[in-house]
Amino acid sequence: MNRAIELNQVWKFYGDYAALRDCTLAVQQGSCCALLGRNGAGKTTLLRILAGLTTFQRGGVTLFGEKPRAEKARRESGFLGHGIGVYEDLSARENLHFFASITGNTNLRALTDSWLERVGLARVATMPVRQYSRGMRQRLALARTFIHSPKILLLDEPFTSLDDRAIAMLSELLTEARQRGATIVLSTHQLREALAIASHVALVENGKLRYTGERTQEMLDDPALLYRLHTELGTPQ
Amino acid sequence: MNLLRQSVAVARKDLAIEIRTKESLNAAGSFAIVILLIFSFAFESFSDEMGEFGGGLLWLVFVFAGALVFNRGFARELPNECLDTLLASPLSAAALVIGKAFANFAMLLAVELVSLLVFGIFYGVDWLSVAGWLGLVFALATWGVSILGAVFGALTVNLRLRELMLPVIIYPLMIPVLIAAIELTNTVLNHRPVSGQMEWIRVLVVSDIVFTVLAWVLADTILVN
Repeated sequence: MNRAIELNQVWKFYGDYAALRDCTLAVQQGSCCALLGRNGAGKTTLLRILAGLTTFQRGGVTLFGEKPRAEKARRESGFLGHGIGVYEDLSARENLHFFASITGNTNLRALTDSWLERVGLARVATMPVRQYSRGMRQRLALARTFIHSPKILLLDEPFTSLDDRAIAMLSELLTEARQRGATIVLSTHQLREALAIASHVALVENGKLRYTGERTQEMLDDPALLYRLHTELGTPQ
Repeated sequence: MNLLRQSVAVARKDLAIEIRTKESLNAAGSFAIVILLIFSFAFESFSDEMGEFGGGLLWLVFVFAGALVFNRGFARELPNECLDTLLASPLSAAALVIGKAFANFAMLLAVELVSLLVFGIFYGVDWLSVAGWLGLVFALATWGVSILGAVFGALTVNLRLRELMLPVIIYPLMIPVLIAAIELTNTVLNHRPVSGQMEWIRVLVVSDIVFTVLAWVLADTILVN
């Protein structure tokens, strides 16, 4: 199988502090890699590097063989960070129309309408986003991320503070994305949800990748197993 | 073509937000009117010398008001981490900066139109008789300051003192555009032929091209990290 994402001995420094240390990771096309780790471990930094939002000092990163800032790499990836990435003063329709237009889609109206329907916002499509509830904003953010059917999805703690409807929607979208062959990298604290979707796991601690490999049945049965086996914090006293 | 299409999409989005919120236009427009009003007390209305100071007065007002517009350009992308979303999207950084410049251009032109009306009332200027040349001068000069505003708006977007830093950085760089714009505006106000001042038109054209190419080339470096 082709490698969709490759990190090769990546080092990232913030001043003297090494946020990522010698990280090497290969994510196969069509797989779903859950980036696990505690707060400050380096998961967000790693995802931001993959999304081309942060530069790094040493090593190499490619998405489908291209650098993350290359147009082809950005065209084929969808990023959902900590912020929802939509405009409060525009309506859901205007937001989706804008994001669809910059991704080069044609037939914007039909695409926008179908996604509004899909995430259950068609009825309030013309209302400014600032009047939306938190759950509605989250669903709009999901539509914004998936609207151009990206081949690579980079999701930073996507389950955090989602309501149950949005969690169900995200799980459905991720399953569909995998069925069409998309590659997913998601960071999370929610071990159970992440492990249920993931085909592979990468455990980050203090900027180092402590473990990378396939997700096993043992991990599903005991989500804390990885931490116990592979992190210093998990070592029994 | 893709760059132009994306830039227009960014500008349309920014203008749609601005039409709804009127944050920049209200601030810049009212600022421009108040300054013109204050200047009207300092300089005698319907004065013969208006042709000597009018261009300078107008362009000072425009660049001060412009700073209010330029500051909002990229600041608009900060809530909800929209800037990160755009940078990670297929939108090129150059299209983002040029799109912002298009929006700056449209907003600043609107402020300029209102200011010209007010200036015309205070100083008895018939703008319609010089509209052709004035339109050309204003279009060229406004694009120059708009693209600079967009580039340095991107550079200062994450600074805590960006409202202060942006004018401090861009005003010195605007000097060639401003001198040309002031000279040409005074020429138009005095009903002298602009064809005799073509070197200033050339300064504006060259400045516009240089600033636009720099924005295109440096956008990604400026915006990422």
